[in-house]
Amino acid sequence: MARVVVDVMLKPEILDPQGQAVQRALPRLGYEGISDVRQGKRFELEVEGPVDDAALARVHELAETFLANTVIEDFTVRVEATEGVEEVTGA
Amino acid sequence: MTTRIGVVTFPGSLDDVDARRAIGLAGGEPVALWHRDKDLKQVDAVVLPGGFSYGDYLRCGAIARFSPVMETIVDQARAGLPVLGICNGFQVLCESHLLPGALTRNDHLHFVCRDQRLRVENASTAWTSDYAEGQEITVPLKNGEGGYVADERTLDELEATGRVVFRYLDVNPNGSRRDIAGVCNEAGNVVGLMPHPEHAVEALTGPTTDGLGFFTSVLKKLITA
Repeated sequence: MARVVVDVMLKPEILDPQGQAVQRALPRLGYEGISDVRQGKRFELEVEGPVDDAALARVHELAETFLANTVIEDFTVRVEATEGVEEVTGA
Repeated sequence: MTTRIGVVTFPGSLDDVDARRAIGLAGGEPVALWHRDKDLKQVDAVVLPGGFSYGDYLRCGAIARFSPVMETIVDQARAGLPVLGICNGFQVLCESHLLPGALTRNDHLHFVCRDQRLRVENASTAWTSDYAEGQEITVPLKNGEGGYVADERTLDELEATGRVVFRYLDVNPNGSRRDIAGVCNEAGNVVGLMPHPEHAVEALTGPTTDGLGFFTSVLKKLITA
Protein backbone atom coordinates (compact mmCIF):
# COMPACT_ATOMS: atom_id res chain seq x y z
CA MET A 1 0.00 0.00 0.00
CA ALA A 2 1.15 3.48 -0.72
CA ARG A 3 -0.43 6.86 -0.51
CA VAL A 4 -0.86 9.00 -3.58
CA VAL A 5 -1.88 12.59 -3.01
CA VAL A 6 -3.84 14.55 -5.59
CA ASP A 7 -4.04 18.29 -5.00
CA VAL A 8 -6.71 20.17 -6.92
CA MET A 9 -6.67 23.96 -7.16
CA LEU A 10 -8.84 26.39 -9.08
CA LYS A 11 -6.87 27.80 -12.01
CA PRO A 12 -5.28 31.17 -11.18
CA GLU A 13 -7.64 33.06 -13.47
CA ILE A 14 -10.78 31.58 -11.87
CA LEU A 15 -12.23 33.64 -9.04
CA ASP A 16 -12.01 31.82 -5.69
CA PRO A 17 -14.64 33.48 -3.48
CA GLN A 18 -13.99 31.05 -0.59
CA GLY A 19 -10.29 31.88 -0.56
CA GLN A 20 -11.13 35.57 -0.71
CA ALA A 21 -13.48 35.28 2.26
CA VAL A 22 -10.71 33.63 4.27
CA GLN A 23 -8.20 36.26 3.19
CA ARG A 24 -10.53 39.10 4.21
CA ALA A 25 -10.90 37.60 7.68
CA LEU A 26 -7.15 37.51 8.32
CA PRO A 27 -6.54 41.18 9.30
CA ARG A 28 -9.50 40.99 11.68
CA LEU A 29 -7.81 38.06 13.37
CA GLY A 30 -4.54 39.91 13.61
CA TYR A 31 -2.71 38.17 10.77
CA GLU A 32 -1.19 40.88 8.61
CA GLY A 33 0.87 40.59 5.47
CA ILE A 34 -0.99 37.81 3.66
CA SER A 35 -2.01 39.25 0.34
CA ASP A 36 -3.92 36.31 -1.16
CA VAL A 37 -5.50 33.01 -0.18
CA ARG A 38 -6.61 30.25 -2.55
CA GLN A 39 -8.56 27.29 -1.25
CA GLY A 40 -8.22 23.88 -2.87
CA LYS A 41 -8.91 20.19 -2.34
CA ARG A 42 -6.54 17.43 -1.32
CA PHE A 43 -7.35 13.79 -2.06
CA GLU A 44 -5.39 11.01 -0.37
CA LEU A 45 -5.63 7.75 -2.28
CA GLU A 46 -4.44 4.52 -0.66
CA VAL A 47 -3.21 2.48 -3.61
CA GLU A 48 -2.80 -1.27 -3.42
CA GLY A 49 0.36 -2.82 -4.81
CA PRO A 50 3.42 -1.01 -6.08
CA VAL A 51 3.02 2.55 -7.25
CA ASP A 52 4.81 2.10 -10.52
CA ASP A 53 4.44 4.21 -13.64
CA ALA A 54 1.33 2.33 -14.72
CA ALA A 55 -0.38 2.87 -11.36
CA LEU A 56 0.55 6.53 -11.40
CA ALA A 57 -0.78 6.86 -14.92
CA ARG A 58 -4.10 5.46 -13.76
CA VAL A 59 -4.25 7.91 -10.86
CA HIS A 60 -3.41 10.70 -13.26
CA GLU A 61 -6.26 9.62 -15.51
CA LEU A 62 -8.74 9.45 -12.62
CA ALA A 63 -7.62 12.87 -11.40
CA GLU A 64 -8.05 14.32 -14.86
CA THR A 65 -11.46 12.81 -15.59
CA PHE A 66 -13.03 12.84 -12.15
CA LEU A 67 -11.27 14.51 -9.21
CA ALA A 68 -10.55 17.72 -11.13
CA ASN A 69 -12.58 19.57 -13.71
CA THR A 70 -9.78 20.70 -15.97
CA VAL A 71 -11.96 23.45 -17.40
CA ILE A 72 -11.51 25.36 -14.15
CA GLU A 73 -9.02 23.40 -12.06
CA ASP A 74 -5.35 22.33 -12.13
CA PHE A 75 -4.11 19.25 -10.32
CA THR A 76 -0.88 17.62 -9.21
CA VAL A 77 -0.24 13.97 -8.40
CA ARG A 78 2.52 12.86 -6.05
CA VAL A 79 3.45 9.79 -4.06
CA GLU A 80 3.68 10.37 -0.34
CA ALA A 81 6.16 8.26 1.58
CA THR A 82 4.50 6.66 4.58
CA GLU A 83 6.24 4.73 7.33
CA GLY A 84 6.28 0.98 7.06
CA VAL A 85 5.27 1.11 3.46
CA GLU A 86 7.26 -0.54 0.73
CA GLU A 87 9.36 1.80 -1.31
CA VAL A 88 7.88 3.25 -4.41
CA THR A 89 9.19 1.44 -7.41
CA GLY A 90 10.25 3.27 -10.49
CA ALA A 91 9.79 2.32 -14.09
CA MET B 1 -49.68 10.71 -30.68
CA THR B 2 -48.27 12.80 -27.91
CA THR B 3 -44.65 13.78 -27.66
CA ARG B 4 -42.76 12.03 -24.88
CA ILE B 5 -40.30 14.08 -22.86
CA GLY B 6 -38.19 12.30 -20.28
CA VAL B 7 -37.20 13.85 -16.96
CA VAL B 8 -34.28 12.21 -15.17
CA THR B 9 -34.41 11.79 -11.41
CA PHE B 10 -31.00 11.65 -9.71
CA PRO B 11 -30.70 11.11 -5.96
CA GLY B 12 -31.20 14.66 -4.70
CA SER B 13 -33.22 15.91 -7.68
CA LEU B 14 -35.98 18.15 -6.39
CA ASP B 15 -37.46 19.82 -9.45
CA ASP B 16 -38.18 16.67 -11.43
CA VAL B 17 -41.89 16.70 -10.55
CA ASP B 18 -42.16 20.41 -11.45
CA ALA B 19 -40.45 19.72 -14.78
CA ARG B 20 -42.85 16.86 -15.53
CA ARG B 21 -45.78 19.08 -14.61
CA ALA B 22 -44.51 21.85 -16.91
CA ILE B 23 -44.22 19.36 -19.79
CA GLY B 24 -47.82 18.25 -19.21
CA LEU B 25 -49.09 21.84 -19.11
CA ALA B 26 -47.32 22.53 -22.41
CA GLY B 27 -49.11 19.56 -23.99
CA GLY B 28 -46.42 16.89 -23.88
CA GLU B 29 -46.31 13.53 -22.18
CA PRO B 30 -43.86 13.56 -19.26
CA VAL B 31 -41.89 10.35 -18.74
CA ALA B 32 -40.02 9.70 -15.50
CA LEU B 33 -36.48 8.35 -16.02
CA TRP B 34 -34.27 6.94 -13.25
CA HIS B 35 -30.58 7.76 -13.30
CA ARG B 36 -29.46 4.13 -12.86
CA ASP B 37 -31.44 3.08 -15.91
CA LYS B 38 -29.71 3.33 -19.28
CA ASP B 39 -33.01 3.04 -21.14
CA LEU B 40 -34.56 6.33 -22.25
CA LYS B 41 -37.98 4.68 -22.82
CA GLN B 42 -38.17 6.04 -26.37
CA VAL B 43 -38.56 9.65 -25.33
CA ASP B 44 -38.22 12.42 -27.91
CA ALA B 45 -36.38 14.83 -25.62
CA VAL B 46 -34.88 14.89 -22.13
CA VAL B 47 -34.87 17.36 -19.25
CA LEU B 48 -32.21 17.19 -16.54
CA PRO B 49 -33.91 18.93 -13.63
CA GLY B 50 -32.61 21.04 -10.77
CA GLY B 51 -31.71 19.82 -7.34
CA PHE B 52 -28.66 18.76 -5.40
CA SER B 53 -27.44 15.59 -7.00
CA TYR B 54 -25.16 13.34 -5.02
CA GLY B 55 -22.21 14.40 -7.17
CA ASP B 56 -22.25 17.77 -5.49
CA TYR B 57 -19.97 16.34 -2.80
CA LEU B 58 -17.10 16.60 -5.26
CA ARG B 59 -18.32 19.32 -7.64
CA CYS B 60 -21.89 19.98 -8.71
CA GLY B 61 -22.85 17.30 -11.20
CA ALA B 62 -19.44 15.60 -11.13
CA ILE B 63 -20.66 12.19 -9.99
CA ALA B 64 -24.13 12.47 -11.54
CA ARG B 65 -22.55 12.72 -14.97
CA PHE B 66 -21.27 9.14 -14.59
CA SER B 67 -24.79 7.79 -13.95
CA PRO B 68 -25.75 5.06 -16.43
CA VAL B 69 -28.53 7.18 -17.94
CA MET B 70 -26.00 9.87 -18.85
CA GLU B 71 -24.07 7.47 -21.10
CA THR B 72 -27.16 7.09 -23.26
CA ILE B 73 -28.04 10.77 -23.05
CA VAL B 74 -24.54 11.90 -24.06
CA ASP B 75 -24.59 9.59 -27.12
CA GLN B 76 -28.10 10.60 -28.16
CA ALA B 77 -27.51 14.31 -27.51
CA ARG B 78 -24.53 14.15 -29.88
CA ALA B 79 -26.91 12.60 -32.41
CA GLY B 80 -29.42 15.44 -32.02
CA LEU B 81 -31.72 14.52 -29.11
CA PRO B 82 -33.02 17.75 -27.55
CA VAL B 83 -31.72 18.00 -23.96
CA LEU B 84 -32.45 20.79 -21.50
CA GLY B 85 -30.44 21.10 -18.29
CA ILE B 86 -31.83 23.36 -15.60
CA CYS B 87 -29.62 24.45 -12.67
CA ASN B 88 -28.10 21.17 -11.43
CA GLY B 89 -28.97 19.80 -14.86
CA PHE B 90 -26.87 22.59 -16.42
CA GLN B 91 -24.01 21.62 -14.11
CA VAL B 92 -24.36 17.96 -15.16
CA LEU B 93 -24.27 18.98 -18.86
CA CYS B 94 -21.09 21.01 -18.32
CA GLU B 95 -19.45 18.17 -16.37
CA SER B 96 -20.46 15.82 -19.21
CA HIS B 97 -18.76 18.15 -21.72
CA LEU B 98 -21.99 18.43 -23.69
CA LEU B 99 -21.78 22.15 -22.93
CA PRO B 100 -18.61 24.23 -22.55
CA GLY B 101 -17.51 25.96 -19.36
CA ALA B 102 -18.28 25.20 -15.73
CA LEU B 103 -20.36 26.48 -12.84
CA THR B 104 -18.59 27.75 -9.73
CA ARG B 105 -19.48 29.02 -6.27
CA ASN B 106 -21.43 32.29 -6.39
CA ASP B 107 -18.97 35.19 -6.16
CA HIS B 108 -20.64 36.50 -2.96
CA LEU B 109 -20.82 32.97 -1.45
CA HIS B 110 -24.53 33.27 -0.63
CA PHE B 111 -27.35 31.11 -1.88
CA VAL B 112 -29.62 33.23 -4.09
CA CYS B 113 -33.37 32.86 -4.52
CA ARG B 114 -35.09 35.53 -6.59
CA ASP B 115 -37.33 36.19 -9.55
CA GLN B 116 -34.78 36.87 -12.26
CA ARG B 117 -35.22 38.88 -15.44
CA LEU B 118 -33.46 37.38 -18.46
CA ARG B 119 -33.00 38.34 -22.07
CA VAL B 120 -33.43 35.64 -24.69
CA GLU B 121 -30.34 36.02 -26.86
CA ASN B 122 -30.92 33.05 -29.15
CA ALA B 123 -34.43 32.06 -30.22
CA SER B 124 -33.34 29.38 -32.67
CA THR B 125 -32.46 26.53 -30.28
CA ALA B 126 -34.66 23.48 -29.79
CA TRP B 127 -35.85 24.94 -26.48
CA THR B 128 -36.29 28.64 -27.29
CA SER B 129 -38.00 28.89 -30.70
CA ASP B 130 -41.27 30.06 -29.11
CA TYR B 131 -39.50 33.18 -27.85
CA ALA B 132 -38.36 36.17 -29.87
CA GLU B 133 -34.73 37.19 -29.92
CA GLY B 134 -34.31 40.03 -27.42
CA GLN B 135 -37.46 39.07 -25.51
CA GLU B 136 -37.29 39.64 -21.77
CA ILE B 137 -38.68 37.00 -19.46
CA THR B 138 -38.86 36.55 -15.69
CA VAL B 139 -38.35 33.14 -14.08
CA PRO B 140 -37.22 32.09 -10.59
CA LEU B 141 -33.55 31.50 -9.87
CA LYS B 142 -32.13 29.62 -6.88
CA ASN B 143 -28.55 28.48 -6.64
CA GLY B 144 -25.39 28.48 -4.58
CA GLU B 145 -22.99 27.49 -7.35
CA GLY B 146 -24.31 29.26 -10.41
CA GLY B 147 -21.37 31.36 -11.57
CA TYR B 148 -20.77 30.52 -15.23
CA VAL B 149 -17.08 30.51 -16.12
CA ALA B 150 -15.03 29.60 -19.18
CA ASP B 151 -11.76 30.89 -20.58
CA GLU B 152 -11.83 34.08 -22.65
CA ARG B 153 -11.37 32.23 -25.92
CA THR B 154 -14.39 30.02 -25.21
CA LEU B 155 -16.49 33.01 -24.12
CA ASP B 156 -15.55 34.89 -27.30
CA GLU B 157 -16.45 31.87 -29.39
CA LEU B 158 -19.80 31.45 -27.62
CA GLU B 159 -20.61 35.10 -28.27
CA ALA B 160 -19.48 34.99 -31.88
CA THR B 161 -21.51 31.89 -32.70
CA GLY B 162 -24.70 32.93 -30.91
CA ARG B 163 -24.38 30.24 -28.29
CA VAL B 164 -25.12 32.54 -25.37
CA VAL B 165 -28.83 31.72 -25.12
CA PHE B 166 -29.80 33.78 -22.04
CA ARG B 167 -28.27 36.72 -20.24
CA TYR B 168 -29.09 38.11 -16.80
CA LEU B 169 -30.78 41.52 -16.74
CA ASP B 170 -30.80 44.05 -13.85
CA VAL B 171 -28.63 41.94 -11.53
CA ASN B 172 -25.91 39.42 -12.13
CA PRO B 173 -26.92 37.09 -9.29
CA ASN B 174 -23.81 34.92 -9.05
CA GLY B 175 -20.85 36.51 -10.80
CA SER B 176 -21.35 34.72 -14.11
CA ARG B 177 -18.90 35.85 -16.77
CA ARG B 178 -20.46 38.30 -19.20
CA ASP B 179 -23.83 37.95 -17.41
CA ILE B 180 -24.35 34.56 -19.04
CA ALA B 181 -27.37 32.67 -17.69
CA GLY B 182 -27.55 29.91 -20.30
CA VAL B 183 -25.68 28.47 -23.27
CA CYS B 184 -26.21 25.84 -25.97
CA ASN B 185 -24.10 23.39 -27.94
CA GLU B 186 -23.14 23.99 -31.57
CA ALA B 187 -26.21 22.24 -32.96
CA GLY B 188 -28.59 24.04 -30.59
CA ASN B 189 -30.27 20.87 -29.36
CA VAL B 190 -28.56 20.94 -25.95
CA VAL B 191 -29.38 23.96 -23.80
CA GLY B 192 -28.40 24.61 -20.19
CA LEU B 193 -29.39 27.46 -17.92
CA MET B 194 -29.24 28.30 -14.23
CA PRO B 195 -32.70 29.90 -13.72
CA HIS B 196 -35.78 27.68 -13.49
CA PRO B 197 -38.36 28.00 -16.27
CA GLU B 198 -40.31 25.02 -14.89
CA HIS B 199 -41.24 27.17 -11.87
CA ALA B 200 -42.86 29.82 -14.08
CA VAL B 201 -45.60 27.91 -15.87
CA GLU B 202 -48.70 28.71 -13.79
CA ALA B 203 -50.03 32.00 -12.43
CA LEU B 204 -50.78 30.41 -9.05
CA THR B 205 -47.25 29.30 -8.26
CA GLY B 206 -44.91 31.32 -10.46
CA PRO B 207 -44.06 34.98 -10.88
CA THR B 208 -45.05 34.64 -14.58
CA THR B 209 -45.84 31.92 -17.07
CA ASP B 210 -42.77 32.92 -19.11
CA GLY B 211 -41.17 29.50 -18.62
CA LEU B 212 -43.79 27.60 -20.58
CA GLY B 213 -42.15 28.62 -23.85
CA PHE B 214 -39.25 26.21 -23.28
CA PHE B 215 -41.55 23.24 -23.33
CA THR B 216 -43.83 24.44 -26.13
CA SER B 217 -40.72 25.21 -28.19
CA VAL B 218 -39.41 21.67 -28.03
CA LEU B 219 -42.86 20.17 -28.65
CA LYS B 220 -43.22 22.24 -31.84
CA LYS B 221 -39.76 21.28 -32.96
CA LEU B 222 -40.46 17.61 -32.45
CA ILE B 223 -43.81 17.74 -34.24
CA THR B 224 -42.36 19.47 -37.28
CA ALA B 225 -39.23 17.31 -37.25
